[in-house]
Amino acid sequence: MQLYLQYFLLLAAALFCTGIYGLVTSRNAVRVLMSIELLLNAVNLNLMGFSNYLDPSEIKGQVFAVFVIAIAAAESAVGLAIILAIYRNRDTIDMEQFNLLKW
Amino acid sequence: MNLSEGVQIVSFVVLAALTLCAALGVVLLEEIVYSAFLLGAVFIGISGLFILLNADFVAAAQILIYVGAVNVLILFAIMLVNKREPFAPSRNLWIRRSATAVVCLGIFALLGTMVIATPWAIAPSPGPVDTVLKIGIHFFSDYLLPFELASVLLLMAMVGAIILARRDFIPEVTIPGATSEPLALPERPRELPSERVGS
Repeated sequence: MQLYLQYFLLLAAALFCTGIYGLVTSRNAVRVLMSIELLLNAVNLNLMGFSNYLDPSEIKGQVFAVFVIAIAAAESAVGLAIILAIYRNRDTIDMEQFNLLKW
Repeated sequence: MNLSEGVQIVSFVVLAALTLCAALGVVLLEEIVYSAFLLGAVFIGISGLFILLNADFVAAAQILIYVGAVNVLILFAIMLVNKREPFAPSRNLWIRRSATAVVCLGIFALLGTMVIATPWAIAPSPGPVDTVLKIGIHFFSDYLLPFELASVLLLMAMVGAIILARRDFIPEVTIPGATSEPLALPERPRELPSERVGS
């Protein structure tokens, strides 16, 4: 009995599906950003698993994970700034009412 | 990783349960502040899984960046837009939720069968590897260009976030003798409610 790569991949898939569910169904705009962070973390977990099991000498997956973390930090800063701006503009954070560009 | 296999299994199960339950709480709980704190629990669980996967540097970076910066940023955003509004009930909400749940379970089934059916080319472990040394060598030799581009991207994101989140009141520009119609913005930033009451 030892740890296999499949366990980590299944856990990452479950985390990814949870993030997709939250991304689609949540109506609070901040919760949408949190779901995006969940998605990025699931991808990071995948990269780590591949780096440890398939490429243990040249750990390139960890390098990619560091890049993903940097991109996620930039994304969350800009996303929260956009949410603040649109909250001042529309006075709500309900995703259903952000239909400025719809018609 | 020089832990015994039983310890590894037990810690994996505990960390996976923590991460999955906290992720479900992030998505399903009504109160947004609880979701933010549970998101921190998700990040800590994932960093524990990174340590199980022999990635100590990235685990430390995960805790520093996600728990220390992103989660605090999200909490600040929740406090800044703290408005308790009952969302207007929309029609057919349960149809949308159940359809999304079915689609997500389908994605999970697809990914799960792919993960189990694929014969992964597991490489033999070469013994303990100094991850910080390896990552540094990669950053400054073959991944130098993405590394520098990431720093430029972080700078651009910082400037963009400051410009987007700044509250600037655009003064009325009236040029005498010229029609100011094309210069006027159709929408300008709202004042805060407290300032509106005060004035």
